[in-house]
Formats: sequence, structure tokens, C-alpha cells
Amino acid sequence: MATTISTYSRNDYINFSVLMVLGFLIIPMTVNSDYWFTSILIPWLCLALATIGQQVIMGYTGQLALGAAGFMAAGAFACFNLILRVDGLPFFGALIISGLIAAAIGIVFGLPSLRIRGIYLMVATLASQFFIIWVIDKFGWFKNYDSSGIITAQDIVIFGRPYTSPVDMYLVILVVVTVMTILAINMARGSTGRNWMAVRDMDVAAESMGVSLLKTKIQAFAISSFFCGVAGALFAFTYLKSLEPVAFDIKLSFKILFMCILGGLGTINGAFIGAGFILLFPVLLNYLGNNVFHGAIDATIISALEQVVFGVLMIVFMIYEPLGMARLWENLKQRFFKKKDK
Amino acid sequence: MFNNLKRKLFIIATIIGSLSMFSIPQNVSAGAHEQYFPIASSRVGPYSAMGTGYYGAQIDYMNYVNMNGGVNGVMLTWQECETEYNAVKTVECYQRLLEKDGQRIVVFDTLGTPGAYAVINRMAEDNVVLAQYGYGRTDGADGTVWPWVFNAASHYWSQIAVKLKFMAEIEGGIPNMEGKKIVHLHIDSAYGREPLPAMRAITEEWGMELVEISIPPPGLEQQSQWLQIRKEKPDWVTFWGAGSGMNSTAMTNAARVGFPRDRMMYVTFGAAEEDMYPAGDSAVGTYAVANALPGDDFPLVAAIKEQVYGAGKGNLADESRVGSVYWNRGLGAAVMWIEALKNAQEMHGKVGKAVTGAEFRDGYEALNMTTERLAEIGIENMVAPFSISCENHEGAGKFAVMQWDGEKFNQITGWEAPLDPGYIRSLVETSAAKFAEENNITPKVCS
Repeated sequence: MATTISTYSRNDYINFSVLMVLGFLIIPMTVNSDYWFTSILIPWLCLALATIGQQVIMGYTGQLALGAAGFMAAGAFACFNLILRVDGLPFFGALIISGLIAAAIGIVFGLPSLRIRGIYLMVATLASQFFIIWVIDKFGWFKNYDSSGIITAQDIVIFGRPYTSPVDMYLVILVVVTVMTILAINMARGSTGRNWMAVRDMDVAAESMGVSLLKTKIQAFAISSFFCGVAGALFAFTYLKSLEPVAFDIKLSFKILFMCILGGLGTINGAFIGAGFILLFPVLLNYLGNNVFHGAIDATIISALEQVVFGVLMIVFMIYEPLGMARLWENLKQRFFKKKDK
Repeated sequence: MFNNLKRKLFIIATIIGSLSMFSIPQNVSAGAHEQYFPIASSRVGPYSAMGTGYYGAQIDYMNYVNMNGGVNGVMLTWQECETEYNAVKTVECYQRLLEKDGQRIVVFDTLGTPGAYAVINRMAEDNVVLAQYGYGRTDGADGTVWPWVFNAASHYWSQIAVKLKFMAEIEGGIPNMEGKKIVHLHIDSAYGREPLPAMRAITEEWGMELVEISIPPPGLEQQSQWLQIRKEKPDWVTFWGAGSGMNSTAMTNAARVGFPRDRMMYVTFGAAEEDMYPAGDSAVGTYAVANALPGDDFPLVAAIKEQVYGAGKGNLADESRVGSVYWNRGLGAAVMWIEALKNAQEMHGKVGKAVTGAEFRDGYEALNMTTERLAEIGIENMVAPFSISCENHEGAGKFAVMQWDGEKFNQITGWEAPLDPGYIRSLVETSAAKFAEENNITPKVCS
């Protein structure tokens, strides 16, 4: 190791380079099925980004907030309206502004966190979920007065080149997710994250040490909503390709919450693992159900069984590994990598 | 350090390798003499009654066709994927089902307007027909803008127009409709809002007052909405719900606030036995419309019951649901697939061979279900006779009104068209033209 104080170890750099090579070179070159890009990788990355947002507020700052999907909807509709109404606004510009709009809304709904905490805060933030969706539904302007209420998302155009093929869209998302993940890791490891964790572990002690509760909590809410907003815009523009408030319902909020808890609270890689598990496991079960047991068992029973198996697995997981899958991954790494490194 | 790197690469490679196994198509072997169909079913959740009946019938019919030698020798294969009536999952299912053993689907049926909207823009690019059997995006009926989208049999705008016509008949003519109040009580989704453009136009023309009340999904909680209805004192309620829970809750709530059930008109997707039974006596008298009538005495239904269920190959666990509203509707949809496939084989000289999406589209557009043809298939009177053309993708545009008597639905009108089908058509064309303009689509010229 270098003698100077380095924030990141050599291992971190290796991990990072391997992941980047994998994400930007190996996957686009080897995966040639659109299904993998459009139905697995794209939603996974989008939801992982939203889960990082949830991690910031819940895992790091310890504020039980529910309503990530509401902020995703805010981001998605902001992005649609920005591209529609502001001529010449580049896609990334629209993406950042939609994130900022979501963040502004997040600050408003984060204000109650100064007075209430725990499960009561969860109820208060739940309001954001319903309020945002209601506003979008109620005022036709947000949907450009479309009669059906489902609008088609515009194509992503960056520097005059349309990014519409699955691989293109995957790369766009990957760039955004990479940049934002690095930001999140740095925030979590820096003084910002330390403030968050101080507030999480004991807010009175944090305050007496000079950490401003107001600033820290509001900042966490803003950053969390920013991540969710950007994730929502990406989710709508690349995965759904249409915008509909119903797609961002309370179920999605809960899903993101579960991704966060199952992945491991207070970890960034847990966001990716959790999102992968919650999103992909039902797909895998459905796939197995249809291919392995096809015809052998009544299809209705298979469909119901998938949900039973999934539910049982979640319970088992929480009992045997309450610290989440990120911890499980750490343990695995310890067993496989560390032995020979001595 | 390099050891470490190598090991990491190895483990990552193993993970990718094991994952990619899933992307390799498995199951039934490929063959030129098979035609592959997707079943994007919804068997769990609040909408399961709809999904099991509808998709069950499609599978039953395909089994029936296979048992009788296939379509000119082409055997039908299919794969199922669970959407839970959820637009996000429908997109995933669409991508998953898109190809199997190198063969691409030729048709997709979401049985849900939200799902249809989620995939509708992919159809032209992927060369897949979106067959919306009485649901979905209404202006898809304009074949010049939406060559790959079909609303047969009959879309929601015709449906609402038929309902309003029926009400006018009961009230004693259109002049009597002036000043009448109508509540459109709907699930808050694209599906619930879909009839509104036509409904607003017609009620305004007739001088009626339209009150729109929405119910957030899944719609098991409707107390405040019904209190509002009691306050509004409407003359009629058109109910646009989804799922047995929501549909039956509306009737029990109507009974509670004393709103007469024979002033309620249910949507096609609320008009099933499974939606009525849970409400018990509260359901008696409710009106509903159908684009495929229930009943198990149609010759084809009886034949499937005998041959498929007789051989123990039926898809429904409860055989008594064969001949119910949802099952017969699914049968109507599946019959159209197979007829379109036959047309496509004949039109493109591929009799006895698998067809492509573009060929299937031509076959679907050439559907001409005359009374004679329907009788030949064995579903005469189950669906209204219709034909599809290059411009008009709607089909019959007709509905039959039924009334629930506590045990079954009784058909009380024949196949009714809207009072002014040309007007509904002009609304469709205007809406499609707006979409074409917004999205830079040049409408196809039909010769």
C-alpha cells in the first residue's frame, strides 16, 4: 500500500476497472439478446439508482422514508415536460434538472423529519407518494393534455444522435449510473456521509457535536430525491418508453424499500444486489415455472407458487442474514479471496 | 495482485456463464411447421379471474386446433409469462416471449389497456400484431396510422356509444336525455379513462351532465366515491372497473347507498360471472355489455369441452367456467388468431408452413368473419359478424346488452351498433391524426 493517505485501496481500483471493462466492453460485445438489455439490465440499473437514493435517506441517515416511487414519477414527468417544452435542452441537461426538481420536492416533504421520526415519519412521507401522483393525474398540463393519460416518452437524443437501440440506451444509463454511484460512494465515505451516519446513530449526540440536524436531514432528503428523480426519468424513458402515473404506484415504493433492506442497509453495493434480487428473482421463478414444470402443474398454481417461494425466501433471508445480501457477499469474498492473500 | 484479478475475473465469468444459460432458448424443438404464440397471462392478483378465463380459453383452443391436425398441418406452440396485469411486467414479458427457438411471435395480446399502451410503440418496429380484443388504445382502430394495431372486436368508444344509446332507449329517446346526469365511475388508469373522449362528446351533444369519479386501483375501497354518487343523484352510472374485487364492491356499495342496480352499466371487463357472484343479491339487475356472449351451447365450446377437457388437457382447473364470459371472450380472440394464420398461409403461399409477423398482419387485416364462417367455426351468435379492412381495424363495433339475474346473464338486446358509427369513427381518426402528427408518422395510404 502507498504510504500516503489514500481513500481507496488498490483493490478498489481493480474492482472498479474490472466492473467498467465488464459494463462498457464485455457486456455490449457479448450479450446480443435485446431481452437482456431491455428487460434485465436497463430496469436493474434504473432501480438500483433509485435504491441508492433510498439508501441515502434510510440506510445512511436513518430516516424511515417511503415514497421513492413518487419522486421517480416527479423526475420522469419533469424530464418529459422539459424536453417537450424547452427547445434545445440536451438530454443530460433535462435529466439533471428533473433530478433537481425532484430534490426540491424532496426537501418540502423532508421538512416533517425535523419534528417526527421513525414509523411516524414513514406515514408522513407516504403522503408524498400520493400527492405527487395525484397532482400529475389532476392537472392535464403535466401530461400535455393527453386523453388516455399515458404519454409516449420522447426518444433520447444526445448531440443529434438518437439513442434508441437497447444497447445504446443501456450505455447511456450505465454512464449515468456510474457517475452517480461514484458520487454516492464518495458522499457516503466523506464528511457528508459521516454526518448522515452520526444523525442515524444518535441524533442528539450528533447535534451536540456540532452537526446541524436541519442541514443534514434536508440535505439527505434532497440527495435521495435527486437520485430517485433521475432514476425515474431513466426508467420511463428507457424501460417503459411511456409515462403513466400508475406505473409509479405505492407498490414500486415498497419494492425499492425492500431492495434497500434486503440488499443491506447503509451499503451502496447492497443497492445493486437488492435491486437485482427483487427484480430478477420473480423473473427467474416465472421462467423456471414455465420451462421446467410446464404442463406438469396447473399454470395458475405455478403463478401463485412463484409468489409464495419469493415471500418465503425473503423471510428466510431476513432471519438468517438480517444485515442483507451485501453482508453475505462480503462473507463470500472473505472466504474466496482473502485466504490466499496472506 | 494479478492472482487476485484473475480470480475475480474467473468468478465474474462463472456468474455470467451461469446466467447466460437462461437466455439460451430451451423447451420445444424448433421446426418450420410450428407457429409460436405468446401467452402473457395474468393468473395471480386482483385480476386473476379475467386472466385465467381468457388465457385459459386461448390455450384450450390452441390445444383443440392441435388435436385436429393443426392449421393446415402447422402445429401451434406457446409459452406463458405472468404479467399480473402490470404494465411494467408486461414489457418484461413481451421481451421475454418475443422469440423462442429463433421464431418470433406474430401477435401479442396483453388483455389490459395499461399493458397495451406500454408495448404499443414497439409493434411496428418488431413486426408484431397487437390484437386488442375489445380493450386497449382506441385510435388503434385507424389502420393508416397504426398498421400493426387492431381493436377487433370493438373498442371502448363504440362500447360507450352503445351504452348511451341503450340508456336513451330506456329513457324514451334522445330528447329525454337532456338534463340527465350520468356518473362515469372508473378505475384510475388509462383503461378507466379510455372511453372519456367519446363519452364527453356525446353527452355534451345530448345536453347531459357528465360527472367523472375515479377510484384508485385496486378499487376495493369505494365508500367515499359512492357517498359522492349519493350526493350527485345521477340518473345513470357507467362503471369502468377491473378485477372481481373492485367490480363486486361497486355493486355492494350501490346497494348500501340505495342506487338502483338497473341504472348501472358495467364495462365488458366487469361483466363476468366472477364479478357478479361475490356481490350476491346486490348484483341482481345490473346491466353489462358483451363483445362475446357467454354460454356453453355454442358448437365450438361444446366440442372443446368434449375433446380437450374430455382428454384431461383442459387449462381451467374448474371445468364449469368453460362457456363463461371471460373464457368465451378468450375463445373469440384465439379464433381470430387462427383465422388470421390461415389467411396468412393462403395469401402468401405458405400453406402448411410457419408465417412471419408481416404475413400474419396481412392475414389479420383480411379477416372476414361472415355469419356463415362463424357458423362453420361453431361460434355463430357468440360474436357479431365483422370484417377488417386496411383503414378500419375495429371490426364489428357492436355490443350486446346483458342483464344479471342473480345466476346468469340474460341477453336483452341483439348486436347493437352506436347510433352514429360515422361520428365515433371521426373521433378515432382525429385522435389518430393527432398522434401521427406528434410523432411524425406518415399515415399509410390504403388502396
